[in-house]
Amino acid sequence: MLFVLFIGLFLTLKYFLTPKSFGEFGHYRGLALEEGKLKVPEYTGQKACAECHDDMMVLKMANEHASLSCETCHGAGRIHISSVDSVVVSPPKPNTREFCGICHAKNAARKADNIKQIDLKEHNKGELCTKCHNPHSPWQETK
Amino acid sequence: MEPQMQHLYEMLSKVDGYIYPNEIELNWSILIVLYPFITGLVAGAFILASLERVFKVKVLKPTYTIALLTALSFMMVATLPLISHLAQPQRFYEIMITPHLTSAMAIFGFVYLWYLMVVLLLEIWLDYRRDIVLWSQEKTGVMKRVYKILTLGVTDLSESTVKWDDKLGYFITIIGIPSAFLLHGYVGFIFGSVKANPWWSTVLMPVIFLFSAMVSGIALVMIVFMVVNYIRKQVIDMACLNEIAKYLLIALILDFALEGLDQVHRIYEAEESFNILDILVKGKLTYTLFLFQWFLGMIVPMVTLATLQFVKNRNKLKKRLYMMTGILVLCGIFFMRWNVVVGGQLFSKSFYGFTTFKLHLIGSEGIMMAALWLILPCTILAFLFWLLPPWKRHEV
Amino acid sequence: MARDEVKSRRDFLSKAAMVAGGLFISAGASPFASLLYATERKSKTGPWYGMGIDLEKCIGCGRCADACKTENNVPREPFFFRTWVEQYTILNDGTVHVESPNGGIDGFSQKFPDEEIFKSFFVPKMCNHCAKSPCTQVCPVGATFTSPEGLSLVDPTYCLGCRYCVQACPYGCRYIHPVTHVVDKCTMCYHRITKGLLPACVEVCPKHAKIFGDLNDPKSELVKFMKDHSWQVLKPHMNTEPKVFYNQLRAEVR
Repeated sequence: MLFVLFIGLFLTLKYFLTPKSFGEFGHYRGLALEEGKLKVPEYTGQKACAECHDDMMVLKMANEHASLSCETCHGAGRIHISSVDSVVVSPPKPNTREFCGICHAKNAARKADNIKQIDLKEHNKGELCTKCHNPHSPWQETK
Repeated sequence: MEPQMQHLYEMLSKVDGYIYPNEIELNWSILIVLYPFITGLVAGAFILASLERVFKVKVLKPTYTIALLTALSFMMVATLPLISHLAQPQRFYEIMITPHLTSAMAIFGFVYLWYLMVVLLLEIWLDYRRDIVLWSQEKTGVMKRVYKILTLGVTDLSESTVKWDDKLGYFITIIGIPSAFLLHGYVGFIFGSVKANPWWSTVLMPVIFLFSAMVSGIALVMIVFMVVNYIRKQVIDMACLNEIAKYLLIALILDFALEGLDQVHRIYEAEESFNILDILVKGKLTYTLFLFQWFLGMIVPMVTLATLQFVKNRNKLKKRLYMMTGILVLCGIFFMRWNVVVGGQLFSKSFYGFTTFKLHLIGSEGIMMAALWLILPCTILAFLFWLLPPWKRHEV
Repeated sequence: MARDEVKSRRDFLSKAAMVAGGLFISAGASPFASLLYATERKSKTGPWYGMGIDLEKCIGCGRCADACKTENNVPREPFFFRTWVEQYTILNDGTVHVESPNGGIDGFSQKFPDEEIFKSFFVPKMCNHCAKSPCTQVCPVGATFTSPEGLSLVDPTYCLGCRYCVQACPYGCRYIHPVTHVVDKCTMCYHRITKGLLPACVEVCPKHAKIFGDLNDPKSELVKFMKDHSWQVLKPHMNTEPKVFYNQLRAEVR
């Protein structure tokens, strides 16, 4: 008797506590899929950048860094794009030796024909890379 | 900085070799060590009780109810370390309403309820029903009410009903033995089925857990039996105590053989993971594994108990040694759980390095919390002894 | 004659009973097929996503790990990662050294002189979105699951935080998020790919070393990558059927 009562109680609780969309596609809450899609992307992709900065884009695409996305160096673009004219949040323009070294520092794991490398300790000590290299066109000086 | 972050940065500075970055945090800590330890005590105590009931080991009669009540009080607490360890404890009910059947953990709630509700509570109730009814007639005031409620309205004391109680109780005990095996073998399976972790992933894990459960449960009942007699200033039933010690010895030998087999197998097969486990065992686990688990927790008690089998009389010495062995065995099994749970997380699944583990005194994963979950069942046990004293029962 | 007839009829009946019984048993067993395989098999309709990683091209810049943290609100601490980069260095004496300082986000510096190095290379790691994922298998409540697209996802509103999945993942790809207190892992940027964008790590990779694609689409870039390269997966003996395929993966990588 007690046993049946208990199972009945359990089934009632189960009915009320199980989320509505549970089991829609499998053993999980079906709505979780839709909820997972909701987040707004931070990285907008370079097409969005080209809408305003087409000059930079043309320059970059014609040179060594063509395979890089704008956001590879400048970071996620959402905040910059969605900022209002009066308060433009500028994306970072990193130019430290360490930042360029993240890709170009000499390392035995980097193949010479895959990426150009320099010895950060020897190569033009103390100077910023951008003094000689334009990041958008590395073999030109920065204007 | 938050204490948790501080802790993780400290651990990061102590990494040995290479570990995956997410492995710095030890996910299962002392509370998960306690969980198999406590369920093990329950299963072991119950198996000792059923020895008397089903296998008619009459000498063990005085421990029957003690063992059952011990099992019950620890069973009541068994899930608490688990729930308090969850990052979202308020969602624990989900495991009951949407159990995911491919998960080794999913049916724990049902196994637990089955064991607590159907086996332990029912068996104890059936066993005590006659006494509860009689107590409800003898006592006065509030206690009379309490006992009246405990009878659940079944106050019939005719011979046939009492006989029926006994038969049903016997039947439940028979169901209870495989249930106890299931309960703890299942806990072992939760660990043994994690293929990503070579320290856990062994088919022997459920069996080892089961036998170590019997060892710890028998040792606990032995200690409780001695303590109860000491407090009540009764002369202890030496024949019974000797018999428990004999069963403890048998369980120890079996457990030792199984664990030995597991290790020999591991060493002989020497799979990909062997090198890292070798360093683990000889390094971070040296004390807890060789000294606490095997030497103090198994070999010393085994030798002591085996020797005592040949000693006649000398009851005072025997009692002291039994007490000592009981405590050593309990500590040894605790460290066995420790070595499994914590040891299995100290090495990286990349097999290239180790993280460290530091236990804090306070906090939700600290020693205080763990101590609480060990003291609580003892308190419940004391309460049960007061409510349903096994020594004030009515002779049939 | 009559006897034979009876016999053959009996034969027929017993055979029919056997077939019926077999059908009945298999019908009863079919709901458990998912138990046996742990996860459903490859979806035949719709996408079935995977990732190719070309170790030849990876320069270990760690932009993927950095972008992932920004895109997915992964805490910046050096012990929470959805994706990270490891540097393997095998010395001439045969010893293997692995490192991943801050997941590679701050770059790598060479630890050994060139003369001592036999071989060195970078390995970006991420969730393998296994077809037989042990992590979704062990979730007791169905808070982590394989999506219809073959991705292992987490339902943060349903996760208990029991951490069994963290233990079950052979690749160390899961962690408990210190803010939300539920398990967190790579979603292959589910919110991006469902909008037609690339996962953030793929988007920012300067060398195009990561190739995201649909395994069910024979014209996808990923399928082409898999045809052209002799790829390998991590820990194949685990039989988890990972869907991250590495070109030039060496045996030292675990």
